[in-house]
Amino acid sequence: MQYMLLIYNDPAREPAYGTPEFDAMMDGYFAANQRMKADGVLRSGEGLQGVETATSLRFRSGKVETMDGPFAETREHLGGYYIIDAPDLDAALTYAALIPSAHFGTIEVRPLMDYNPAA
Amino acid sequence: MTAPGPASAIAVSRELDRVMRADRGRLLAVLAASLRDLSLAEEVLQEAAVSALGHWGRSGLPAQPAGWLLQVARRKAIDRLRGTARDSRTGKALGLLAGEEAASEHQAIPDERLRLIFACCHPALEPKSRVALTLRTVCGLTTPEIARVFLDVEATMGQRISRAKAKIAAAGIPFAVPDADHWAERLGAVLTTTYLIFTTGYVAGPQEPRDLCLEAEYLIRLIDGLRPGDAEIEGALAMILLTAARRAARIGPDGASLPPGEQDRRLWDPDRLAEGRAVLARAVARHQPGPFQIKAAIADCQMAAPAPDWPQIAALYGALLRHEPTPVVRLNAAVATAEAGDPVRGLAIVEALGGALSDYQPWHAARAALLALTGDRERAVIAYREAIERASTVADALFLERRLAGLDPRPAPRRG
Repeated sequence: MQYMLLIYNDPAREPAYGTPEFDAMMDGYFAANQRMKADGVLRSGEGLQGVETATSLRFRSGKVETMDGPFAETREHLGGYYIIDAPDLDAALTYAALIPSAHFGTIEVRPLMDYNPAA
Repeated sequence: MTAPGPASAIAVSRELDRVMRADRGRLLAVLAASLRDLSLAEEVLQEAAVSALGHWGRSGLPAQPAGWLLQVARRKAIDRLRGTARDSRTGKALGLLAGEEAASEHQAIPDERLRLIFACCHPALEPKSRVALTLRTVCGLTTPEIARVFLDVEATMGQRISRAKAKIAAAGIPFAVPDADHWAERLGAVLTTTYLIFTTGYVAGPQEPRDLCLEAEYLIRLIDGLRPGDAEIEGALAMILLTAARRAARIGPDGASLPPGEQDRRLWDPDRLAEGRAVLARAVARHQPGPFQIKAAIADCQMAAPAPDWPQIAALYGALLRHEPTPVVRLNAAVATAEAGDPVRGLAIVEALGGALSDYQPWHAARAALLALTGDRERAVIAYREAIERASTVADALFLERRLAGLDPRPAPRRG
């Protein structure tokens, strides 16, 4: 099954660039990437630029509305994601626990829709 | 073989009832483990039961009724899966089923109920859903029976159970016994669910037709039988047995609930008490301490003769705090400290917990008791009233009213 691991965190609680905590976090991400690649489960994964770079768009009454900022005004924002192919939820949770942001943010684990590629 | 006819039709439905009562959980567990879908497992087992009525009526009872049901349910599942769009999951399930279906129906049915229990008690499900799902699939309660226990509308409980089953299938919650790395955490969720079933029954009182205290006892004995020699499982079994032993004594003749120290010991069940103590001793001898063993030891000390062993209880709560540093455990530890002879210190801890527990009725009851112990009658009266107002059962309210009425009148100030 494919799962998306969505990385949510509060930028204010994230370690600052240049601190030993930041280096430890980057080492943690590197180790998580290596482990997912070595186990053959990693399909893709990206980090996102900060919410200050986000632009939101929607159609209302047939007209496009474009706004500065993210979809939801919350303290924790989507900061990146992985897509992995794991046998079950327990395996997916084990990989989610490798993501360093789990220590100060939250990782949401969601199965991908199965559009039945074999049909 | 029974001859066909109306008499045999009755015999057939009676036998089917018996097999479904005795083996439903086992059959469901085997089917769910291959299908990875609890709803589908229930549906095909139900269809197999319907076929059984016809087939057994015509051709007589099979030698292995449970094995027959399992084979037919597997065939029904294969038919269903072949009819649906294939994805990787149904492909895998079909492969598994085809292999199992080729085996003889006379083969012993493997006991996969531990896998089923771990799926139903998965932390990815809400705690209340874990309880409902475990009662439904492992203990075989009906949805109306479970709804009654929770005082829920039947439709609401039905929705809760189907949502939980749908999440197991969609999120890929495995029907698997966790590995050593995750064993302690996941077992904790299973034992907590079992204990929640027990306390729900304990608070509700004996209920017909399904008494949740007995269901919890059945469940924990089943888990102990499926994974023998685990100290925490034994701890949970001991705790349930020791608490169940004093069930008949927990309400006094006047309808007020009684703490263990004030109960009529002649009403304690000597068999459960003895077995609970023996199981606890066996668990402790394994030298793998854990929260359920500590809680069982506390239950044991509360039943010490001639009175509860408060210093030991206080020490055990101190140990429990290392596993579960929660405000509720701190509250119980403070009460034990006070009862063990230091009410001033106990009260100070209780007062400090006010921010976290002011909505928690037992906090008000404990505070009232400790204010009374320290001789602060005036504030004890107010605290007792707060606790009575929040009491969730008549028996608890009555107990607190007794305490309130029994407070020593304030010594009249002497003059002259």
